[in-house]
Amino acid sequence: MILKQFVNLPNYGWRSTFNELENMRYNMNRLFGQVSGRPYWQSHAGVFPLVNIAENADYFFIRAEIPGMESEEISITATRQSLTISGERKIVSEGEKVRYHRREREGGIFNRVISLANDIQADKIVARYVDGILSIKIPKVEAVKARQIDID
Amino acid sequence: MVEQQELKPQEKLEVATLAEQTKPGLSFTPNVDIFETEKEIILLADVPGVKSDCLKIDLKDNILTLAGDVKQESINDAEDVLTEYQVGSYFRQFTLANMINQDKIVAELKHGVLRLTLPKVEKALPRKIRVQAA
Repeated sequence: MILKQFVNLPNYGWRSTFNELENMRYNMNRLFGQVSGRPYWQSHAGVFPLVNIAENADYFFIRAEIPGMESEEISITATRQSLTISGERKIVSEGEKVRYHRREREGGIFNRVISLANDIQADKIVARYVDGILSIKIPKVEAVKARQIDID
Repeated sequence: MVEQQELKPQEKLEVATLAEQTKPGLSFTPNVDIFETEKEIILLADVPGVKSDCLKIDLKDNILTLAGDVKQESINDAEDVLTEYQVGSYFRQFTLANMINQDKIVAELKHGVLRLTLPKVEKALPRKIRVQAA
């Protein structure tokens, strides 16, 4: 029965064909997922910040959670096919006479490059940083938008 | 020269035990820094996506409860390409050892970081007691 699970492998849409190691990683994640309770398909690139990307016919929408920064400290650069989010998250030290009981928040530099499937209009990108969530709205290049074709 | 370390992503931790929620959705534990000065206890919590009116702070029986609701702005007719993090409300409780002056608690929420200042009650302040030679 376990052998059967290893043989039947689904093929995802946005990832192209798996190679052998990727298959193994997928299955190990799945086995661990049954133990840890986390959905096994939820793996990430291992780079801060974690992003959620959505698209519709005209735009890409990228959201990332980066609490505790000022808008000026996050730098977003874009080329025709990729977007780079970088910056430094500083944890302000509070002074000499403090006693820490817990320290869970982390600071450091981050730099993430996201390549997008379609070409984008780099000059018309709109980004907002509200409540620690960075939302970026990226228009796709005109030629790439899906168009309805009428049949005569 | 200070070495700059790279910021690594952290998975959001889902709250394990919680009295069942009335609203559907996930609950996560926010990362907090707690430190203490002479006069107050300061708590910093990462709660991105929570607006000031959606954040509930409660102190009862020495238990401090932080609860924040997150409303994800959903974009119509957009399909998800990549989902690396999940969106959900935040919940965490702490037991406080000191007595806190409840009237003077100050909470600030800026850029998704909550800064909670809890001033200690006067008599909990350390006092120097001089020992007199008998």
